[in-house]
Amino acid sequence: MSKIKIVDLHKSFEGKQVLKGLNLEIQAGETMVIIGQSGSGKSVLLKHIIGIMKPDRGQVFIDGREISALPDEEIMKLSRKFGLLFQGAALFDSLTVAENVAFGLRRHTTLGEAEIQRLVRESLEQVGLRGVENLLPYELSGGMKKRVGLARAIAYSPEIVLYDEPTTGLDPIRADAINCLILQLKEKLRVTSVIITHDMNTTYKVADRVAMLYDGRIIEVGTPEDIRNSANPVVQQFINGRAEGPITEW
Amino acid sequence: MEKRIWIPFFGNFFCELGQVYDLAVRGFRAIFQKPFEKRNFWQQLEEVGVNSLPVVSLTAAFGGLVFGLQAYLAFHRYIGPGSESQGGPIIAVGLCRELIPILVGLMVAGRVGSAMAAEIGTMKITEQIDALFSLGANPVKYLVAPRILASMIMVPCLTLYGDVIGIFGGYAYNVLLMKVNKTLYLQNTLKYFEMWDISVGLIKALVFGLVIAIVGCWQGMTAEGGAEGVGRATTKSVVVASITILILNFFLSKVLPATL
Repeated sequence: MSKIKIVDLHKSFEGKQVLKGLNLEIQAGETMVIIGQSGSGKSVLLKHIIGIMKPDRGQVFIDGREISALPDEEIMKLSRKFGLLFQGAALFDSLTVAENVAFGLRRHTTLGEAEIQRLVRESLEQVGLRGVENLLPYELSGGMKKRVGLARAIAYSPEIVLYDEPTTGLDPIRADAINCLILQLKEKLRVTSVIITHDMNTTYKVADRVAMLYDGRIIEVGTPEDIRNSANPVVQQFINGRAEGPITEW
Repeated sequence: MEKRIWIPFFGNFFCELGQVYDLAVRGFRAIFQKPFEKRNFWQQLEEVGVNSLPVVSLTAAFGGLVFGLQAYLAFHRYIGPGSESQGGPIIAVGLCRELIPILVGLMVAGRVGSAMAAEIGTMKITEQIDALFSLGANPVKYLVAPRILASMIMVPCLTLYGDVIGIFGGYAYNVLLMKVNKTLYLQNTLKYFEMWDISVGLIKALVFGLVIAIVGCWQGMTAEGGAEGVGRATTKSVVVASITILILNFFLSKVLPATL
């Protein structure tokens, strides 16, 4: 049974159809990288997987359970399974770094304060941050915010980690460190990862499989090698970053 | 042609009214669900109540002074010199039943309702509300419920405080400044002023507190379109809450009995 199964997913906003019957299956422990143009609906897809958005049509299954049909209260109970790194980190402005990272731990576990503080430190160290526990989000750089967001997403050891542009805004060394961390989490905790990115270095480094989202559908799925050798001109244009080709809408 | 304009207008109006009602019901229900968001609640009590004290003090004091001034002028001009002490109960009743609840409502709508819309709106456009959801926290319970409860507690408290300041303002103008007979002024006030007059103001304040929180939270939750959208939500929250307060005030004044 697939860990995540998406069947015929449709979603539109104010008449604009973003997802047009998207189908995708992700296996447990797998790292799936979803690539596609900006505005192609990658983040919308991620929000459907976690249940933040409801589809107009179609279904999303997590461990065989249809999450898209559940009421919000039930979805929130299931949120223990997920860790989500937002594109802009989405740290809570009014909380310190430590409180941000501890937020999920306090909601999802019954751990004592000392244990929570230990896990907060450990999660921050995992993303290469030390001594920032008492800072507020506005005191952090963009890259640091992203890493705190990642620490928050992994602090309570979720089964599925979803990354929305994990390396955007990071310098190449930090970006590679995040790639290594994604690989580490996969090996240590056997987490299922879904990564949305434009960064082909990340894609080739961490992906078990790659799916290309174009015109509201997944047009190609395969290993990084399959994608590199794809005969589809849309895929080739995207992965090689060429302005000329079948993709004319920028 | 006119029909085409009015139908979407009323359609949107009733649609938004339905959304506000839905948020109010969910917010109310969330107040009684465990776990109670204590930290947010205390923060909101401070924000709505304690931090509004300076502005409420000023408006209530000057509201009382100007009301005292007009009452003095009216009695002096139409009843005659020496009758000004009869203004005491009119000042007290007018302030407690009408002026102070309205002033406090409008001040809190401007100061706190707008802040609620701006804070929640910023959280919405920076995906912090989605982050709450993804971390297992119900955004309505976490953000809306503490604000509703804090507003419904603190707006009446501020009104009661404003009543005291306002009544003293009226007294100060008449007795201390215009040398109206102090004993007669106080005797008249105590004779005609009832506890029910204060209660009417507090009932209104309770409703205004609810309106301010619901409108502020709803505007924030539905904000979209970046910084411009947050700005729009903030302005709209003040305008909608202020107009609603003024309209509701008339109907509450009409419905609530003059005396018990």
